[in-house]
Amino acid sequence: MNICVLIKQVPGSEAQFNVSGDGSWIQETELPYEMNESDNYALEEALQIREQKGAGEVVIVSLGPDRCQKVIREALAKGADRAIHINADAPYNTDPYSIASALANAVKDERFDLVLSGLQSDDLGFGQTGVILGEMLGMTTATLVVGTEVQEGKIKVKRELEAGWFQWQTMDLPASLAIQSGLNTPRYPSLKGIMTAKKKEIKKLNFVDICNVDELQSFAGLSVQHAEKQTEMIEGNIDQIVNRLVDVFKNEIRIN
Amino acid sequence: MDNLFFNEEHTMLVKMVRNFANSEIAPIVQDMDKKGKIPKEIISQMAELGLMGIPISKEYGGAGMDTVAYAAAVMEIAKVDASVAITMAAHTSLGSLPIAIAGTDEQKKKYLPRLASGEILGAFGLTEPSAGSDAGSTKTTAELDGDEYVINGGKIFITNSSIAGLLTITTNIIEHGENKGIGALIVETDNPGLKIGPKEKKMGWRASDTRQLFFENMRVPKENLLGQPTEGFKTFLKTLTGGRISLAALSCGTAEGAYQKALQYSTERKAFGKEIHKFQAIGFKLADMATEIEAAKLLTFHAAWMKDQGRDVTKQAAMAKLFASETAMRVTTEAIQIHGGYGYVKEYDVERFFRDAKILEIGEGTSEIQRIIISRELIKTFSKVA
Ligand SMILES: Cc1cc2nc3c(=O)[nH]c(=O)nc-3n(C[C@H](O)[C@H](O)[C@H](O)COP(=O)(O)OP(=O)(O)OC[C@H]3O[C@@H](n4cnc5c(N)ncnc54)[C@H](O)[C@@H]3O)c2cc1C
Repeated sequence: MNICVLIKQVPGSEAQFNVSGDGSWIQETELPYEMNESDNYALEEALQIREQKGAGEVVIVSLGPDRCQKVIREALAKGADRAIHINADAPYNTDPYSIASALANAVKDERFDLVLSGLQSDDLGFGQTGVILGEMLGMTTATLVVGTEVQEGKIKVKRELEAGWFQWQTMDLPASLAIQSGLNTPRYPSLKGIMTAKKKEIKKLNFVDICNVDELQSFAGLSVQHAEKQTEMIEGNIDQIVNRLVDVFKNEIRIN
Repeated sequence: MDNLFFNEEHTMLVKMVRNFANSEIAPIVQDMDKKGKIPKEIISQMAELGLMGIPISKEYGGAGMDTVAYAAAVMEIAKVDASVAITMAAHTSLGSLPIAIAGTDEQKKKYLPRLASGEILGAFGLTEPSAGSDAGSTKTTAELDGDEYVINGGKIFITNSSIAGLLTITTNIIEHGENKGIGALIVETDNPGLKIGPKEKKMGWRASDTRQLFFENMRVPKENLLGQPTEGFKTFLKTLTGGRISLAALSCGTAEGAYQKALQYSTERKAFGKEIHKFQAIGFKLADMATEIEAAKLLTFHAAWMKDQGRDVTKQAAMAKLFASETAMRVTTEAIQIHGGYGYVKEYDVERFFRDAKILEIGEGTSEIQRIIISRELIKTFSKVA
């Protein structure tokens, strides 16, 4: 069973953000970067499936600038076999469609039975990359996956629905699954893993060389919304005051 | 990289150990302190991650990492719990490294893989009721009888003694009626001549296992002699120099753990209408604590780095151990002060950090002994120059 895991490096949950001077992005220096949380669960699921099957490869694919090497090494230290790093420098492309097409080009010659991705990235949160990539590679796709069971040529997945409901669904392989956090217990990298991570292969590609579609959406800019307190003193007779209050409730606070 | 001494692997190791300590150890620290025991699963999880053999070479099943890595790991665990940190450090620095350094090929092959994998824990017995700082006053004797030494005497304050599978002890070596001097012997703890006393009731390091040992005609095969007596003992004591680096690291961790709690508290607690860190008296305390911790860490990692370069670290290790342990004492004291009355009750962890700090100025050479070592080294190098 050959499994591809999509891993993104995102600002850590404790990161304090500042918008860069020209408002085009956040200030990156000194930001703590981490492996995207649900990607970590996807990686663990991949490692467990490979251990159950006793054979096959777990390959990490990550798109981003040089600093991504850190999360790639971390994934290799946990037990992934090799990695593909698609280098992309700032200004970053944030369009899931063109990102998925670059990923598809990067892996088109691989024979993956499974592509596992995190449900969504903790920074932009589009939640589309795994599904679009699956479509591009002609795979079956599912999102919100909270359990997997590999069968002969198929995979049975448990999906989380609304209101505490779950759905079991059997899909043909190859499949692309977007994994929900919490379905397993991600391992710590062992010292042996840490020491061998450096020797594992990281194939390097350039985003500009392998992305052959136009962006469907792009980033216009970033700004921080400031909440401001406004106090309005309503004056007038009782009728005027009541009318104004009803107007505020209906049209500004929107209580129905 | 994170600091001058870290490479990529060190950074990954630190992150892993920090995550492990925060997720697996932190939730049970107060319980371990109360019960005076570390759950077996914690040690076996650490063993699985490779943490019980960090500086032991790969040939013998260790991680084959350097002293900087080992010190960094001890420090991270000590930020959360000193008892777990000393269990690992005593096992590694005192229980395993002497065999790695002074052992014969057979001894290494026989014992190191089991120690490095964490299958068994190691312990080291030097201190006796009448021989602590004055290790030369060791009373225990090992008399050669055919192919075996017959050992009589005892040890006190021995870390890991009831959970260890292997023990290295110092003893007078007597052959054919002649005292050859103090040497070291490897003892497997299932030896019927070994009696282990009850757990000491201690101020701190409460979950760490500290006991008295009694040897009554304890027979050990001749080939368990570790290095040669007299000359060998000196070399052997030198291997303990490395242990001071791990104690220094443990001290840095203890100080930093308490400091982090105090820093956090100073932003939450309000008095006279503001957070207490806004009072200069508290802010300055935090500034001094952070600065001293930084200095202690630099001394510790520098000593570790020097050791990894193969240099003599007698002075550097003693300086690191002295400064870091005294820093831990000062910082944990101030951490309680910053917490006020809340710092004096067990619910707030600084009370435990404070109790755990005091032993750092005593174990593996008291502060007084470190100063003796440092001053001797100063004079030694001075006369060389003159
Ligand atoms: C929790 C704990 C765990 C321990 N674990 C171990 C272990 O695993 N293995 C082991 O072998 N030992 C262990 N020890 C023992 C520890 O190393 C000794 O307690 C320490 O070395 C001091 O020896 P002592 O207690 O005999 O004090 P003493 O040597 O009696 O010292 C008493 C005081 O006199 C001072 N002093 C002594 N000589 C001089 C001098 N020449 N000049 C100036 N001042 C001096 C000392 O600094 C100290 O202040 C442990 C102790 C504790 C409490």
